[in-house]
Amino acid sequence: MSAISIYHYLIVAAILFATGLAVAITKRHFVGILLGIELMLNAVNLNLVAFSRYDSDRLSGQLFALFVMVVAAAEVTVALAIVLRVYGHFKTVDPDKLDELKR
Amino acid sequence: MEVAAFYGFSALAILAALFILFSKNLIYGAFALLLAFLGIAALFVLAGADFLGVAQIMIYVGGILVLLMFGIMLTQRASQQDGPSRHNRVEVPITRRLWGFAIGIGIVGVLAKIIFSANFRMSGDAVSRKSTIKTIGVELMTSHLLPFEIAAILLLVALIGAAYLALNRNPAQ
Repeated sequence: MSAISIYHYLIVAAILFATGLAVAITKRHFVGILLGIELMLNAVNLNLVAFSRYDSDRLSGQLFALFVMVVAAAEVTVALAIVLRVYGHFKTVDPDKLDELKR
Repeated sequence: MEVAAFYGFSALAILAALFILFSKNLIYGAFALLLAFLGIAALFVLAGADFLGVAQIMIYVGGILVLLMFGIMLTQRASQQDGPSRHNRVEVPITRRLWGFAIGIGIVGVLAKIIFSANFRMSGDAVSRKSTIKTIGVELMTSHLLPFEIAAILLLVALIGAAYLALNRNPAQ
């Protein structure tokens, strides 16, 4: 039917997920970590949509991806509010500098 | 044609994601994330999910990315502005970069091995020439009604919680 098999979508999503994970690990900025998390959530959505192609009368995958989007929106708002509070309190955006628990 | 579009948009998304990984400027990273989101929205459309593609553009590009840029701007360091290259710098220590690359490449390898060794047997063919909006609407209002309502409550709670958390209750001002 379609020339693009499901493996293409899965490989693209795997590469995007790994890139998002590497971004979330390497960045030393709270917002940078959030960028990586958003990228990972999008990669997972791509998987769900790709599998949902084969389920065209119920579309469970697309509905799940829709709820993932809603939860991602809620998550990023609360995370940014927490980042603003942390920045106002500690005057830093580097997660390595917040070593209160080590002292 | 479809194959060329698929490869083009997936290359756009992956290159933008890699640019986020390698760029040292957070604003550039946010704009690259915009490109990645647009590429992923195009991939959604190519996979037959037209409604989700539009929702992706509206929610992620219109909402989440603007929020992230506000976050970047509001956490600017006003004191350390020595030179134009100082803004939004994200310094990455070398050990962390090594760990990030190692884990990223490792997880790509593991996922590729799993994907190629999994023998997916689909129940139907990949048919998507009709619009998905009607199906999504009917499913949301019938079999997925409870998650739909819970999502509404969750959004309300997140809105109130974020507004309360971000309130400026600094007594000095």
